[in-house]
Amino acid sequence: MGQRLSVIVVEKDRARALLIVDGLRDAGDFDVMVIAEETGLARRIAQRNPDLVLIDAGNPSRDVLEELALATGPNERPVAMFVDQSDGSLTKAAIEAGMSAYVVDGLRADRIKPILDAAIARFHMLQKMRIELQETRRALEERKSIDRAKGILMRARGIGEEEAYALLRKTAMDQGRKLADVASALVLAADLLK
Amino acid sequence: MSMTLRLGYVPLLDAAPLIIAEALGFAEEEGLSLDLNTAPSWAALRDMLAVGQVDAAQMLAPVPVAMALGLGRGPVRFEALCVLNLNGNVIGVSDALAAKMASAGFGFDFTDARAAGRALLAASPSLRIGVPYAFSMHRELLHYWLRASGAVAEQLDIRTVPPPRMAEALQAGEIDLFCVGEPWGSVAVENGSGTLLLPTSALWARAPEKVLATRLGWAEAEPALAGPLLRALWRAGRWLGRAENHIIAAEMLTAQGRIAVSAELIERALTGRVVTAPDGREHLSPQLITFFEGAAGFPWRSQAAWIGAALAGRHGLDVVEASATAADVFRSDLYRQHLRPAGAILPGASEKLEGALAEATAVPAERGQLILPADRFFDARIFDLTAPVR
Repeated sequence: MGQRLSVIVVEKDRARALLIVDGLRDAGDFDVMVIAEETGLARRIAQRNPDLVLIDAGNPSRDVLEELALATGPNERPVAMFVDQSDGSLTKAAIEAGMSAYVVDGLRADRIKPILDAAIARFHMLQKMRIELQETRRALEERKSIDRAKGILMRARGIGEEEAYALLRKTAMDQGRKLADVASALVLAADLLK
Repeated sequence: MSMTLRLGYVPLLDAAPLIIAEALGFAEEEGLSLDLNTAPSWAALRDMLAVGQVDAAQMLAPVPVAMALGLGRGPVRFEALCVLNLNGNVIGVSDALAAKMASAGFGFDFTDARAAGRALLAASPSLRIGVPYAFSMHRELLHYWLRASGAVAEQLDIRTVPPPRMAEALQAGEIDLFCVGEPWGSVAVENGSGTLLLPTSALWARAPEKVLATRLGWAEAEPALAGPLLRALWRAGRWLGRAENHIIAAEMLTAQGRIAVSAELIERALTGRVVTAPDGREHLSPQLITFFEGAAGFPWRSQAAWIGAALAGRHGLDVVEASATAADVFRSDLYRQHLRPAGAILPGASEKLEGALAEATAVPAERGQLILPADRFFDARIFDLTAPVR
């Protein structure tokens, strides 16, 4: 029973993989391996014969792992998808964190839980970082189209920057729309008229 | 005041009824607002539906059947409220295999499944085959076709490859053959990594492909949501079935990155004008995907039974029992109840002999008549739900 649990993390991005591995190391002494390559994924995992596989729920290669869950050969260890385990709250937490786990059947729940708790915490962190990145990008895009819309108005109507901005804001308020939406509509229309 | 329903789908051509129902206002007419969520994999979509992140989802027809048979280890059960489309998949081979088949005199007509099966097995005694998911029509139809063409199980190594990776896997020599939903087959042709051999409609002219799946019991508990949703999808299917809408449909499906390929690639499968080889060869295959014609959306109990029998055969379950269990997964009763008010032509029976029609045939409908198109299997076998054979 004292054997170290072996865990495979399927993750292409090196930085993300390291974060997850670090999280698992903090939680206990596990034998952790990262697979970055998606080619021959099922074969690589089968060779290693891990107790647990962790994969981003957003990874299309997740369907490859479903096949492992169906293994029925006499020498194959059955693998269960974590989503089917009886611990409902843990399952839900994992799905919300965007993580899927494949656990070898018969592994005691108290041995799995600390790993999954640590992994879920890390996936949460990664998800938060991803959302922040998206929001930053969107804000930047919005800024860009507002700047372009201002420029279009300044040229077309011969007005100053402040006046152009006020006009955009007034239009947005009158129409009950977001400033960025009005700006991008104007940019689109101007592109069409070119 | 419209009610919002959360739906999930995998970005593929056959998600079209869901996307069109929302984009063209068919849902709105029914007082529904659809919140469409894409899923990166079938396993992820199944989980989203299982835990209630979405209320209904586009699903591979065999998934709810497999669940009912206890395959795939889920405690959750789904049921199918309607068929979203028939077929829509293509089979493609690697350039190396295509060259070998061509040099043996095979003509690549994109039609004759018997000849294609023979030529394929003559060119390659063992085949590594990529399909999108363990429980899929891709897998069941390939298995059916190649076994009926004389292959034994040991010759076939069927494995899962995510559709966006299919072309890459073919090019890298990981697989020799694939079966995948459009537009991914056309993507493989476009980047020069494969030649298309057949559409799955050449294996079974009326094969159910994707269904609308919900958690068991949801539709009966929420008739005020299930009814409008089914009617909106039916109207979207009717719109998609009209040839004059195909070009605009292709534009709408690819707008805003809904399906992340060019409209031109989507158009090929919709119009049935398919480029089958990197040299630009084109074949006409008007039945490649069917959304509406001949009550395509009707979830026949006998379709589910065929899937149940196929799964049972491969997984060592009792075929008779599995067919009967499977038949109940396709809820033709709920479909009738909710589509009657929309004026849909509904067949008189909920089961039929699958593969029995060699040509379009008029059958009794609830009111009047319904023309059912030819529904043959390539080997002309007939599947009878009351006497499923192994």
